[in-house]
Amino acid sequence: MSLLEPWPWYVAGPLIGLVVPLLLIVGGRLFGVSATLRDACAALPVADQHTPAFLRYDWRASGRWNFALVAGIGLGGFLGLQVLGSAEATLALAPDTQASLRALGLTDLSGFVPRELVAWSALTTGPGLIVVLGGGFLIGFGARWAGGCTSGHAISGLADLQVPSLVAVLGFFVGGLFMTYIVLPVLL
Amino acid sequence: MNPASDLTPTRTSASLSAPAPSGWAYVGYGLLGVYLGVVFTQSQVISWFRIYEMFRFDSFHMYGLIGTAVGTAALSIALIKKLNLKTLHGEPIHLAPKAWGQARLPGARYWMGGILFGLGWALLGACPGPIFALVGGGISVMVLALAGALVGTWTYAALRPHLPH
Repeated sequence: MSLLEPWPWYVAGPLIGLVVPLLLIVGGRLFGVSATLRDACAALPVADQHTPAFLRYDWRASGRWNFALVAGIGLGGFLGLQVLGSAEATLALAPDTQASLRALGLTDLSGFVPRELVAWSALTTGPGLIVVLGGGFLIGFGARWAGGCTSGHAISGLADLQVPSLVAVLGFFVGGLFMTYIVLPVLL
Repeated sequence: MNPASDLTPTRTSASLSAPAPSGWAYVGYGLLGVYLGVVFTQSQVISWFRIYEMFRFDSFHMYGLIGTAVGTAALSIALIKKLNLKTLHGEPIHLAPKAWGQARLPGARYWMGGILFGLGWALLGACPGPIFALVGGGISVMVLALAGALVGTWTYAALRPHLPH
């Protein structure tokens, strides 16, 4: 396997799973990315009387760790996309998925994001605005309400056999399937 | 509000009492992030199309990936508990169980918040980790998605007293 080819699931999955024990051993921390969003909100320079109680805490204790981690993820994304590069170019989607996307009106299936939706130029269209801003909003709101996102619940929580995490993951799929089968065909 | 009394399942109790880490610890954390970012891009999990494909059950890629990630993590956690391993600083590793909450609807926060998150995941085609990888990788419009996620987090914080948990 060349580093430049897309990595198969049985290589990438265990590599991601290993982050959980590494974080526990290094800092006693359970892997979860969306808590960073709470830390970032808490770190915003907003007067206390305008800040919800949920965001009034010492964000430095957890925030500095989390900010270092996500800055690293950003750098890793740069290395992956701009230096290694070709995983993006060799995206082989299932034929059924391609047919379904074309039926939705998406013609450019290259790259990691649909350029007709996720691009600065697409923000002038309703669907583009809803996908980028609406999607971001729902992820931030939902992850904090559920107490975690894919990493915190689907990976860390399930690995620790937490039933609440299983409920959250089932919720992820109920929402995701509804969006994929009901909303996207209407929106796009 | 005392953050320790608030449900923060992504933090263990050890981390809440842990001393401030040294500069080198942050470097280690950053390197772990770089590793994650590279795995995210090279395995294509940051692709909008892969997420769409997953929700259509058209490919095993994402299921195999998440499944083996959970399996690896579960095995590691079981081992950590069995061997009673400590952190590098010698603190006990304690994983706080996630509370069901006291809403009239059991586990309301998990399935209600989960459904909203799932709607966003399928719409944006990326969850929080991949958002950061995409921004770093040059998909600059994802900065707006990140801003949207911060607005969502702030809105949740403001509405929190009125939401079932």
